[in-house]
Amino acid sequence: MAGSASLETHPGLDQWIEITEDERILVHTGKVDIGQRISTALAMIAAEELDVDYDRIDIKRTETGIDPNEGFTAGSMSMMHSGNAVRHAAATARARLLDMAADELGAERDSLEIDDGLIQVPGTNRSVSFWELAGGKPFEADVDIDIPVKAPAGHSVIGQTVLAKGMTGIVSGKMEYLHDLRLPGMKFGRLVRPPHYRASLKSLDAGVVERLEASGVSVIRNGSFLAVAAEGEYEAVKAAARLANAAEWDMGGGLPTQELYEALTANERISLPVVEGGAPIDAPVPALADPPAEAAATLSARYEKPYHMHGSIGPSAGCAVFEDGRLTVWTHNQGVYPLRAAIAEALEMEPDDVHVRFVPGAGCYGHNGADDAAFDAALCAIAVPGAPILLKWTRDDEHAWEPYGSAMVMELRASIDGGGRIIDWSHESYGDTFMGRPAPGRAGTPAEKLVSTHFMENPIDWPVPPPTMGAHVGIHRNLEPFYNFPVPRLVKNLVRGMPLRVSALRTLGAFGNTVAIEAFMNELAEAAGIDPVTFRLNHLDDDRAKECITALAGMMAADEAGDGDGLGQGIAFARYKNSAAYCATGAEVEITDEAEVKLTRAWIACDAGEVVDPHGLIAQLEGGYIQAASWTLYEQVTWDRDGITSRDWDSYPILRFDNVPEVECRLMERPGMPFLGAGETVAGPAGGAIANAIHDAIGIRLRRMPFNRDAIRAAALA
Amino acid sequence: MAKISLSVNGERREVEADPAAPLIFVLRDQLGLTGPKLGCAQEQCGACAVIVDGERTLSCVRAASEFEGNEITTVEGLSGGGELSPIQQAFAEMGAAQCGYCTPGIVIAATALLSSNPRPSEDEIVEALHQHLCRCGSHRRVLAAIDNLIAGGV
Ligand code: FES
Ligand code: FES
Repeated sequence: MAGSASLETHPGLDQWIEITEDERILVHTGKVDIGQRISTALAMIAAEELDVDYDRIDIKRTETGIDPNEGFTAGSMSMMHSGNAVRHAAATARARLLDMAADELGAERDSLEIDDGLIQVPGTNRSVSFWELAGGKPFEADVDIDIPVKAPAGHSVIGQTVLAKGMTGIVSGKMEYLHDLRLPGMKFGRLVRPPHYRASLKSLDAGVVERLEASGVSVIRNGSFLAVAAEGEYEAVKAAARLANAAEWDMGGGLPTQELYEALTANERISLPVVEGGAPIDAPVPALADPPAEAAATLSARYEKPYHMHGSIGPSAGCAVFEDGRLTVWTHNQGVYPLRAAIAEALEMEPDDVHVRFVPGAGCYGHNGADDAAFDAALCAIAVPGAPILLKWTRDDEHAWEPYGSAMVMELRASIDGGGRIIDWSHESYGDTFMGRPAPGRAGTPAEKLVSTHFMENPIDWPVPPPTMGAHVGIHRNLEPFYNFPVPRLVKNLVRGMPLRVSALRTLGAFGNTVAIEAFMNELAEAAGIDPVTFRLNHLDDDRAKECITALAGMMAADEAGDGDGLGQGIAFARYKNSAAYCATGAEVEITDEAEVKLTRAWIACDAGEVVDPHGLIAQLEGGYIQAASWTLYEQVTWDRDGITSRDWDSYPILRFDNVPEVECRLMERPGMPFLGAGETVAGPAGGAIANAIHDAIGIRLRRMPFNRDAIRAAALA
Repeated sequence: MAKISLSVNGERREVEADPAAPLIFVLRDQLGLTGPKLGCAQEQCGACAVIVDGERTLSCVRAASEFEGNEITTVEGLSGGGELSPIQQAFAEMGAAQCGYCTPGIVIAATALLSSNPRPSEDEIVEALHQHLCRCGSHRRVLAAIDNLIAGGV
């Protein structure tokens, strides 16, 4: 069984498992539940290894200084990190409890049986419970990864259907989100943001400020950072509106308005070759040579994706209180420890004087506004010491200020030989960074990644990140094809001078790269006269990849995908990061008379290794498919000189209930195999399959997302 | 500030509030009913939905004072005595929520629909949910939960 990087930094058993006094088990983790059901999966693992009922397991909400530091909850790594750590920790705890029970009961250790935490000597009435043995007491031991974990055949919880942790609270409206927090003496905060990134505060009507303050509202000004705090939330809303009217802004040079896709390939950039294994190297980029002499056909295509929003349904929020030189922050971000470092640095405080606690928010899908909102709350709390400030962004703040997922251009060229084999492959991706998270240990400083540090008095310069050099991060995630091509030419281009603030959005560059690769694979298959399934299988050695694609093709054939007037169907495949879960997807679409893409049916075949919580995984796959379909068909951030223009759900449409396909999922059975992260694996293949299905339906190859009505009409006219 | 008298989840509640305050602020901040969520404050996302006299109603724009004399039900009011309503139960079992931020609004919409139309068609369901956005992509499970309920007879 695999160990876990998390155990290397947090080897102590007590850092993971706590036998509480109230006859429950508390699992500590550095990974946070953002709707992906990690709490459920971790509770299932702990229940399995401990032989305690699932309902008795609680998952602690992460806070600094108490829970393990597992960095960010990101990149589909939680099961590999926390999942493995909790599994070994629970197995160790069980073994120690059995040792204690053997002593206590004077019985042979190996003869003991456990039922929901009650250890019994079979055939007798002698028993002792976990809680009698260890309730409220630390183990004071390290996790021992040599203690065997249960074999899959003995599993009774893993792989079963359970009620997700928190689900009852969610459906009954009683789950407490950060937005619902109520603390004694708490005030509500609202921001007054500048019109755009480059604007600064020119003047503020002092009379308005005075009148607001006389009415009990705190006005917080720090350079061009403006906010209000008031007793009631609606009072804060009104005060912010009054303050906004009292502010005059210097618009600076405005936002750059160069055509997006032109900028992406014309602007200054850093270009690096990406080599086998998926990492860039610091070397000159090889020129694109002429196609090989044996080429029977050579195709080139350029695919484009715009900026996307995370678009959480709940705008970001943060809460903070500053008391006796110490700051406590409540956040719904993806990593409490990195945020602590960033806030401490920005406020010139000692990290030990900053305490950060996770409270759930709306789904975030990457680095959205949560970190920024936490820092905004902290700035207010420092200005109004003693009172907790719950600061909420508005919808407008969220749409206009969150760090977007970078726009990208993917340029591909490939040649096939007379037998339909790809003999030459070049793929260059262009984009801005995806690495904008405030975190120590990365290029630049954590503080410069908190948006309001650029508006405070003595503002920090906007970050200019260097290219990230790891395998499959940022622009070059899934740039390296998983298929067997003769040494491909792969280039990552980090483009400078782009207009909008960007960072990590679910899958980073993998969505753009996979959509491009998978659409291009279909273009090549067509040129070779080979069906898309066979064409892919011809270029794969990996059995698990082939099984996924074959299973998908079987499902689609059984369902007669694409059979019917005006219908089209398409497939796509990827292995996320070439190392996480395998995923093959299918799409069936119909193009309506209004030139809209109607998603009729979808199929997903996924190999995520051993599956702990199949319902949770299916929900993640369906949800990921739907989100990616929304990116593919509807979404793009828009702006002009005066700022972001897609500032609400009308100007930034997303997929609605009227375009939800029927989805069929197949999970490959891999008992006992290592967990493969799966939260993000479906996105790229979903987009690719939809692109291919549209082509199948109307014979038009769309290459610039979103594939909305305008795009289809324009392509049909061209 | 004015006195506003509301009937919420079967109880009469008197509050002192700004007469212009949208209903959601009174529900959340003054009555402690934080089930309805603020998602946009522009009647564009559905997160704030409540039931007013049997109809799904958005609470983020219209003033609380407009609702005097109406019967308001929030998501908390659906689970009488701590028991989940059949719709809530179906949502929970189907896993029809991920982050759950959109869920109270969608549960409200489904409840309002099924109480006036126990056997809605697929189109009627989609129509009833059209104003509700979900970013996690829980749509399929929401539809499945509603279908299950209808099949089982509500
Ligand atoms: S908050 Fe009312 S519709 Fe969005
Ligand atoms: S479940 Fe997260 S927005 Fe719907």
